[in-house]
Amino acid sequence: MSDSAPTNPTEDQPAGHPAGPRINEDQVRHVARLARLHPSAAQVTHFAHQLDAILDYVDKLSGVDVQGVEPMPHAIDQVNIWRDDTPQPGLDVEAALDNAPQRDGVFFATPKVLGDGGGA
Amino acid sequence: MSVEVAFATVAGLRGALRAGETSAEALTQATLARIAELNPHFGAFREVIGDQALARARGLDAAGLSGPLAGVPVAIKDCMCHVDGTTACSSKMLEAYRSPFTATAVERLEAAGAVVVGKTAMDEFAMGSSCENCAFGVTRNPWDRTRVPGGSSGGSACAVGAGMVSAALGSDTGGSIRQPAALCGTVGFKPTYGRISRWGLVAFASSLDQIGPFTRTVEDAALLSSVMFGKDPLDSTSADVAVDDDLTQVERDPGVVRIGLPKQYRLAGANDPAVDAAVERAQQAFEAAGAELVEVDLPHTEYGIATYYVVATAEASSNLARFDGVHYGHRTPGVDDLVELYSKSRSEGFGEEVQRRIMLGTYVLSAGYYDAYYNRALKVRRLIRGDFDTAFEAVDAILCPTTTGPAFEIGAKTDDPLAMYLNDVYTVPASLAGLPAVSLPGGFAEVDGKPLPVGVQLIGRAFDEARLLRLARVLERSAEHHKTRPDLTAATLAG
Repeated sequence: MSDSAPTNPTEDQPAGHPAGPRINEDQVRHVARLARLHPSAAQVTHFAHQLDAILDYVDKLSGVDVQGVEPMPHAIDQVNIWRDDTPQPGLDVEAALDNAPQRDGVFFATPKVLGDGGGA
Repeated sequence: MSVEVAFATVAGLRGALRAGETSAEALTQATLARIAELNPHFGAFREVIGDQALARARGLDAAGLSGPLAGVPVAIKDCMCHVDGTTACSSKMLEAYRSPFTATAVERLEAAGAVVVGKTAMDEFAMGSSCENCAFGVTRNPWDRTRVPGGSSGGSACAVGAGMVSAALGSDTGGSIRQPAALCGTVGFKPTYGRISRWGLVAFASSLDQIGPFTRTVEDAALLSSVMFGKDPLDSTSADVAVDDDLTQVERDPGVVRIGLPKQYRLAGANDPAVDAAVERAQQAFEAAGAELVEVDLPHTEYGIATYYVVATAEASSNLARFDGVHYGHRTPGVDDLVELYSKSRSEGFGEEVQRRIMLGTYVLSAGYYDAYYNRALKVRRLIRGDFDTAFEAVDAILCPTTTGPAFEIGAKTDDPLAMYLNDVYTVPASLAGLPAVSLPGGFAEVDGKPLPVGVQLIGRAFDEARLLRLARVLERSAEHHKTRPDLTAATLAG
């Protein structure tokens, strides 16, 4: 696994890069791989420039005192909303497959999953 | 049977239908004719479902019109699943997608008798503030075709602003209902997070997305809301909070109220003078109605945009992972490697802004950056919410601009994503805090000899929509800007 990009800022030491960009083209290619995107070489240059400007702006968050503040992942505080565990009718197979770009009988068709080139 | 549909209100059409002056079929026919005439000039609709709408209208007439919206034509945003026609999110990725089910909000409108006539254009996957990020062409502002209608629900705002339909649904993640409503001169209402089910709304940022109506009047916004509000077992984040029985009683006196004026929302020199004048007039209207004006402090306002673009893109990168070229949507042909199939299908199917946001979201969630960006943004989000909690101890609603200025020209900001993001400066804080907010027509800026609408925004306490809409009605009654209409004469449209 190499999900981390070359530099690793922490919360105490935010992503400040006094010299040079916050995100370079290698990092853009790395992020594109993680996001399963396939940008062209020109797009990589373009995205690197734009993402750098956006991250530069976002870096103003590093100036906020968040000591002791709980993260707020959701707008309303709700946890564990359950329903009765009773069977309900679901989508039937034909309806579920109706929009598949390629199918094989009652299955979604994909290229070979195991072997060369599968996984990442 | 000749009831005028141009610039009609929901309440007006409902009255005409109940009085037997027209039929659902006649109204639907007239609405489709008006859309056919105007849509080529504005691109408000991505798809019109005329045959299905007429069949439905005839069925309603035959069954006897019942239900609070029986026979009223409406439009829905292209990101709301609907069994008729396609649901494309204005993206090449979903160009041919036909949903096997209908979104709860739309289903509730239909159960109340509304007739869906079409899907309105939007920024692809609701990412944008101008309706220029649409895979099938830009949408234009009804007041000036060289300008944007705002976004992302720009098609819905344009359809109502140009008087093609009396009501349309939009979705608001960081301002996507309120900002286009302000720029097109309509009412745009984002209820409290959780008030309206998100089931069947194609997800952008799940902790922020909220459906709401575009209408010509506050009363109509309340009418549609009363039909859509309420818990839905299919959306576990929908709120189990009682809906006020008198939500639609917008004429009622809101009582003695205190209106908050956030000092941070009057950024020196940031606003067009017409926007400051609109807020000033609204203040005077509230004072004349007996309200007390109180300055409030929202000290974390300046961090709203930065917080939003971390949280929303992080959630988007996760939500949009489902588009894989396998289950539905665009698939690159002739690829025999699975990861390559994912990557190529996604890069061909998604437009540039969507890819940019997926990359930003992936970056802020990646190991080593999660704490510095995502987790920190979630903490600042709580501080923003805390600002509002404190303010609402002293006031009942907050008055501020919806945008810094009127509609900008098509193409003016397309090369600078950050400049585009800053459009949302006044709308994003209520989204992050999950609060209800409504934008109302506030007056006009005079640009190149043309009037361009500007909006004023009211933000309320969570689940306090009944009072918020009554306060909105106080402003509407005081000025009636909504009665001014854009010039849609043939000569103007030809120019």
